[in-house]
Amino acid sequence: MYLETDRRPGLTPQLAVRIAVLGFVALVGFAVIFFRLWYLQVLSGDRYLQEANNNRVREIRVQAPRGEILDRNGRVLVANRPSLALEVTPDKLPRDRARRQEVFRRLGRILGVSPRRIERSVERQFKAMPFAAATVRQDVSLPVVAYVLEHQDRLPGVTVERVFLRSYPYREIGAHLFGTVGEVTAEQLRQDRYRGVAMGDRVGQSGIEYEYDRFLRGRNGANRVQVDARGRFKGELSVRRPIQGRNLRLSIDLDVQRAGQAALASGTGRGAFVVMDVRTGEVIALGSQPSFDPSIFAKIVRASDYRRLTDPLNGAPLLNRAIQSGYPTGSTFKVVTAAAALETGLITPGSVIYDPGSITISGITFRNAGGKAHGAVDVRRALTVSSDVFFYRLGADLNARGTQLQRWAHALGFGRRTGIDLPGEWEGLVPSPAWRNRLFKRRLTDRPWTVGDNVNLAVGQGDLRADPVQLAVAYAAIANGGRVVVPRIGLRVEDASGRPIQSLQAPPARSVRMSQVTRQAILDGLRGATSAPGGTATPVFQGFPIPVAGKTGTAEKGAGRADQSWFVGLAPYPAIRYVVVVTDEAGGFGAETAAPMARRILAALFDVRNDRAPSGSAPD
Amino acid sequence: MGLLAASIVVLLEATTGDIPGQPYYYVWRQLAYGVVGLVLMLAVSRIDYSRLREYRNAIYLGMIGSIVAVFAIGSAARGSRRWIELPFFNFQPSELGKLLLVVALAGFVVDRIRQLHERQTTVKVTLLGLGPATLVVAQPDLGTGLVYLAITGAVLFVAGTRWSHLAALAAVGVSAAVFALVVAPAVGVEVLKPYQRDRLTAFLHPTADPREEGYQVNQSLTAIGAGGKTGRGSEATQTKLNFLPEHHTDFIFAVVGEVFGFVGAALVLSLYALLIWRALRVVTLAKNLFGALLAAGVTAMLMFQVFVNVGMTIGLAPITGVPLPLLSYGGSSVIVTLLALGLLQSIHARSRELSLAKAVA
Repeated sequence: MYLETDRRPGLTPQLAVRIAVLGFVALVGFAVIFFRLWYLQVLSGDRYLQEANNNRVREIRVQAPRGEILDRNGRVLVANRPSLALEVTPDKLPRDRARRQEVFRRLGRILGVSPRRIERSVERQFKAMPFAAATVRQDVSLPVVAYVLEHQDRLPGVTVERVFLRSYPYREIGAHLFGTVGEVTAEQLRQDRYRGVAMGDRVGQSGIEYEYDRFLRGRNGANRVQVDARGRFKGELSVRRPIQGRNLRLSIDLDVQRAGQAALASGTGRGAFVVMDVRTGEVIALGSQPSFDPSIFAKIVRASDYRRLTDPLNGAPLLNRAIQSGYPTGSTFKVVTAAAALETGLITPGSVIYDPGSITISGITFRNAGGKAHGAVDVRRALTVSSDVFFYRLGADLNARGTQLQRWAHALGFGRRTGIDLPGEWEGLVPSPAWRNRLFKRRLTDRPWTVGDNVNLAVGQGDLRADPVQLAVAYAAIANGGRVVVPRIGLRVEDASGRPIQSLQAPPARSVRMSQVTRQAILDGLRGATSAPGGTATPVFQGFPIPVAGKTGTAEKGAGRADQSWFVGLAPYPAIRYVVVVTDEAGGFGAETAAPMARRILAALFDVRNDRAPSGSAPD
Repeated sequence: MGLLAASIVVLLEATTGDIPGQPYYYVWRQLAYGVVGLVLMLAVSRIDYSRLREYRNAIYLGMIGSIVAVFAIGSAARGSRRWIELPFFNFQPSELGKLLLVVALAGFVVDRIRQLHERQTTVKVTLLGLGPATLVVAQPDLGTGLVYLAITGAVLFVAGTRWSHLAALAAVGVSAAVFALVVAPAVGVEVLKPYQRDRLTAFLHPTADPREEGYQVNQSLTAIGAGGKTGRGSEATQTKLNFLPEHHTDFIFAVVGEVFGFVGAALVLSLYALLIWRALRVVTLAKNLFGALLAAGVTAMLMFQVFVNVGMTIGLAPITGVPLPLLSYGGSSVIVTLLALGLLQSIHARSRELSLAKAVA
């Protein structure tokens, strides 16, 4: 009915203008959108395409298992076992503090630990390595893993990673050899030897694991996976399988190792031993007591464990006494004095010195151990019965000729690293006039060098510090005719099927020129010590089927402290193949404890069954 | 029709597999809404739109009532109440409200055709639009609220309101926006919720906070850009791996961009351009002012939604929850848009009748 009023038959000019404006707006709008699309899709499409691809691809590192460590007969000493670890990835954690704490609270409830502890530990790990994932718990149980994976939405940043942990089937046996594996540190990454290692990788941190890390460490794999916006797995793009590290075969013989460890444990429980091939330097066994279970280090070490393992009152089980201790060696050093005296022409094998039980040099009286008089002795007999007076005399006379004794000690490997393939070896100390006078000048000692120092050194007392491996090298040089071998624990690198890939033997470091006469005189004396009447270890080796040469030693540790017992054995005599060094820190006379231990080790080495070592008691 | 078909095709690409076990969930439902919408559209195109004028007050009240009802009985999703749950789908009154507002405003304006130059009329019309817009914004649904304002503006504009009034309105609008976005937060008054403010301004600096408000824009730009000239087809990872949020509703255009590339996006845009051009033509052809205003309101609604929606996916406009007409998944939106198109057809048909009548006479 009001059709008439609003009738608008034609287009009023005003309306036309306004519709035109509307149309223009539309045109401009479409033009803008069109050109923006052109810019985004045609001009910069590639850039966005790349971004889209980055968006969806995540690289998941697959840790490579390390190579296994085998003994010389192929028995597995260090293996791998797969384990699941809970980790926290820093850039996926909520940034909001309250929500982050919520994650830790949930984790704490799952693991039954206080959330504060988890948070502190994670923060500590982030501080150490800002972009690497922090491990919350290793060796988590399957139900926990399943729970975490099912509740990813509520646990942002928490991931489960399959890691390989080292396992040690023989537990305490050989613990000091293997060393530990741990995440590479930022500092290590800058070193050349860690080329190709990435943040978060686990590398050998000590022992054999460190020494041969580049072989044992495999190559990590990478799974490129497609994920959605929430990081959920959507499919695999490519897989690079991890390559397990090479196997490492050690020259260690597990049976000998076990025997050595057991022998040491039967004494005072603190000591070390080494068995070495005198010709090649291959170490057949090397151990230190007290030992520890290396699987403690397969996971994150608890502070309390670490304290216990380094506590001196507890015997500091982590200390490898075979290469890091530094003891006076007692009479076992006499072979060095003998060699120096014979080679410098101070004496001949026939020279005789009368031993009345004591000798006075520069107004000081030096006595034989136990005050025993051995009468007229030559160098062979002096070694056999361990006459101190004979060597006191040589010490005094060598002092008059300068530093010949020190020079020979050094040549045979004392006071320097042997170069064994274990990190952390200590060089020891051969006291010399220059050394003591320098200390005196700095007021670190009360007196300069005197002849008495050399007299003490001649019988392995005083300031001399050496460890069992150095003794083994020195005796090996005498036994093999002068080659100073480099002790080797690694025998060769192998692939998984046992095919050798690379030999690890080292050529001898150097040779010492020693006449056959000198050598024979010393070896005769050593053979006498275990077989001739009056020999210090003769009672110990009675009835032992393998002919052994050897030298006992008893190192004085000062008033009130039990003497340290030593024995160095060479066998089989005369075609010497092995040197055995045993020391027991508070074992008393060498013949009392160390020599019987050596016999037990030799029995294992030569597969002597049902050997029962009689306990000796003769003073050296 | 082309757009509806496009919607089905795009949804097919976008949502297949979003809901495990029901790969074509969204597609089937959208198809159903489309059919319902088409039937309604045909029905509406047959009725004489002029009759609607008589019911304008009832329509207006009904619209306000239904929007208010949402507050009372609506169901909440993601922190906002926009829907009323019906047996088959969730009805969103604010969507239908857009169309009802067009009718009510057009009726109101035509009633006061003589007083159009008076300031009072302008203010009244503005307030009529502002009322429901405020209610919708309070749901909160900022985007749809802005559509209401766009409709109001367009009706005023086409009705012939004085330029000076329009300029004044524009000035008020701009200052209100400045106040809400800049001044109010500075003095601590919360006109908009902080997240709304952030979303409105995020497109200006999307990289400032790539995790939070800028995330959608960045993902959308990445999706569209990665589409390149001809699209990535089934390789469209942004879409398929859910990096792009809301890819079946508000960000559907980004899916078009990624899956079908520049070619596809341009094609869809041309369809919209065609639609709007046709709509504008209906405005010019309407047999009376009521029809012209109805058509103008609908056109403005379509234009605003297309520009704001597409604009936000390509980083040119703020992110507001405005569906892309016919393409975005959603029953209310599809059905209401089709109803609006039905209305346009009705206007067009009556104008043809008229010119036919003239020609006969």
